[in-house]
Amino acid sequence: MSRKFTWFNATALTLGFAFLYLPMVILIIYSFNESKLVTVWAGFSTKWYGELMQNDAFLSAALVTLKVAALSSTFAAILGTMAAYVLVRGGRFMGRTLFSGMIYAPLVMPEVITGLSLLLLFISIGLDRGIFTIVLAHTTFAMCYVSVVVSSRLVTFDKSLEEAALDLGCSPFDAFISVTLPIIAPAVISGWLLAFTLSLDDLVIASFAAGPSATTLPMKIFSSVRLGVSPEINALSTIMISIVTVGVITASLISKRSIGQRERDEQAALKQ
Amino acid sequence: MAQPGNKPVFAPWNDPSKKPLIQFKNVTKKFGEFVAIDNLTLDIYAKEFFALLGPSGCGKTTLMRMLAGFENPTSGTILLDGQDIAKVPPNKRAVNMMFQSYALFPHLSVANNIAFGLKRSPMPKQEIPARVEEMLRLVRLEQFANRKPHQISGGQRQRVALARSLAKAPKLLLLDEPLGALDAKLREDTQFELMDIQEKTGTTFVIVTHDQEEAMTVASRIAVMDHGQIIQVDTPDKIYEYPNSVYVADFIGDVNLVKGRIGASDGEKYSINWAEGQPAIKAAGPAGIAPDTECHFAIRPEKVAIAMEKPTDKPNALQGRILDIAYLGNVSTYHVELDNGIIMKAQMANNRRISRRDLTWDDHVWVSFTETAGLVLVK
Repeated sequence: MSRKFTWFNATALTLGFAFLYLPMVILIIYSFNESKLVTVWAGFSTKWYGELMQNDAFLSAALVTLKVAALSSTFAAILGTMAAYVLVRGGRFMGRTLFSGMIYAPLVMPEVITGLSLLLLFISIGLDRGIFTIVLAHTTFAMCYVSVVVSSRLVTFDKSLEEAALDLGCSPFDAFISVTLPIIAPAVISGWLLAFTLSLDDLVIASFAAGPSATTLPMKIFSSVRLGVSPEINALSTIMISIVTVGVITASLISKRSIGQRERDEQAALKQ
Repeated sequence: MAQPGNKPVFAPWNDPSKKPLIQFKNVTKKFGEFVAIDNLTLDIYAKEFFALLGPSGCGKTTLMRMLAGFENPTSGTILLDGQDIAKVPPNKRAVNMMFQSYALFPHLSVANNIAFGLKRSPMPKQEIPARVEEMLRLVRLEQFANRKPHQISGGQRQRVALARSLAKAPKLLLLDEPLGALDAKLREDTQFELMDIQEKTGTTFVIVTHDQEEAMTVASRIAVMDHGQIIQVDTPDKIYEYPNSVYVADFIGDVNLVKGRIGASDGEKYSINWAEGQPAIKAAGPAGIAPDTECHFAIRPEKVAIAMEKPTDKPNALQGRILDIAYLGNVSTYHVELDNGIIMKAQMANNRRISRRDLTWDDHVWVSFTETAGLVLVK
């Protein structure tokens, strides 16, 4: 179905995208600004990228962030998948409805409250705050996102595939590893990616859970911005935007290609 | 006894010395308050092709899932080869199942789907490829070994599912509506293929279906089920010709059912009074039905003859008017309205081209049948 080009459509599209992307475009442009003053354009330069590479505080914060994101998203993917599997497949048990409701609670819980409660917990059990506690905190709130993504996949999963595996001699664990997991892998991976991004840009919970020994990139950026926006931060943000853009485009290309390939295969099979 | 030179008849159910492979003994299965299987007892013998037939919700699938191990009976016992299988989990049973949806593993190739069960069996690793090859040959899919399930057609998927469930050479193969997803022509071919494979491998097959033609085609015996109970177990011809109840007669094939009361009787011959002012229908039935019992007279349409003149050689002749003619190519079915409004279907083979044009709508005709053509049913 093709629609005619109209000025109304064009304007609506432009306005909408401008609303979404103009701030980011401005940020990217100013990251190439020669001047130290953020709001005054003084010619093109990449010097802030060079300076960023020299800034140990930012680099170590970036390293901490990546470590935390990688660890917490992995834990969240494992725990979230397990939770989703039990809630979807576990059959009826006492309090099942309560549990499946409770797993979604962190989605709507204000981050400040999650952060505060975790802080109180860490203090009361005498846990030293650092990378480990940030990983714990991020795992806690990211696993419910993973379990939402995975359980929506499991609901549409043909249960007879698991039964066929059992029927052919698998133990229930073997059936999960060799049949269920490979099939739901895309959901687990997108859950993992979601958890990774959530952890990457979380500020509030990390601020509560982090001790003096560990600072994540969002915390570092936020604290430096309070002293004034520097072009270095613009450069850093541009790098993050490009990483995310490349990731999103790659992921969508991969899934689009695999869907297209599958459709072509099915067409070919039907023709035979 | 089989005569010398005759093919011995396969009928272990008539041989008391044979031990059944599967025995259901007073099996009941409840889901909450719902009774899916109601105190059911059934024997199935080795090498049988046994069909469980019934409408959806009659419990046939539950019965099959209990054999596979996905459900356990609420009470009663199921014996496989004389052993109680209630405590045996599905992965430890010498039973394999072909699923209605085929349940092929989408991430594995055709060959790996077939090898899946073998890799989890005691079979030595180096023998697996040969067995997979053998199964592929059996279902004629050698050139598709490396395809993924979504790269082959529905009929081919169905054959992969069959090969996969047969690969471990189970004592018992369960088929859950195996041909439901195929179109009519392919289904017919596959039915004969199934029978062929069953004979070649000597495996006991239990098939669940709601398609009575399919059951009649493939099965050595059919169990007709309703509301968790077995109404009749018999060979396809017995089920068709000697249904034990109105339910079975009506479920299998087309039938004329006339409600009436037993009048005079002479041994196994009865007259049935079915309408005021009409001659009683003379029919055979089981001995010992008391007079005045309410009953149904059942007769298949192909056993009812139709003619313009009153036939003199048939004990039963009823007058009526042609209401409808369904021309099906090989046969035509005439709907004849009898004088009291009851519709009787009569079927005639069209063994001559464009003949029988002497019978047409609104003609006054005679329908007739012999004394043994129909049955008296009291259930």
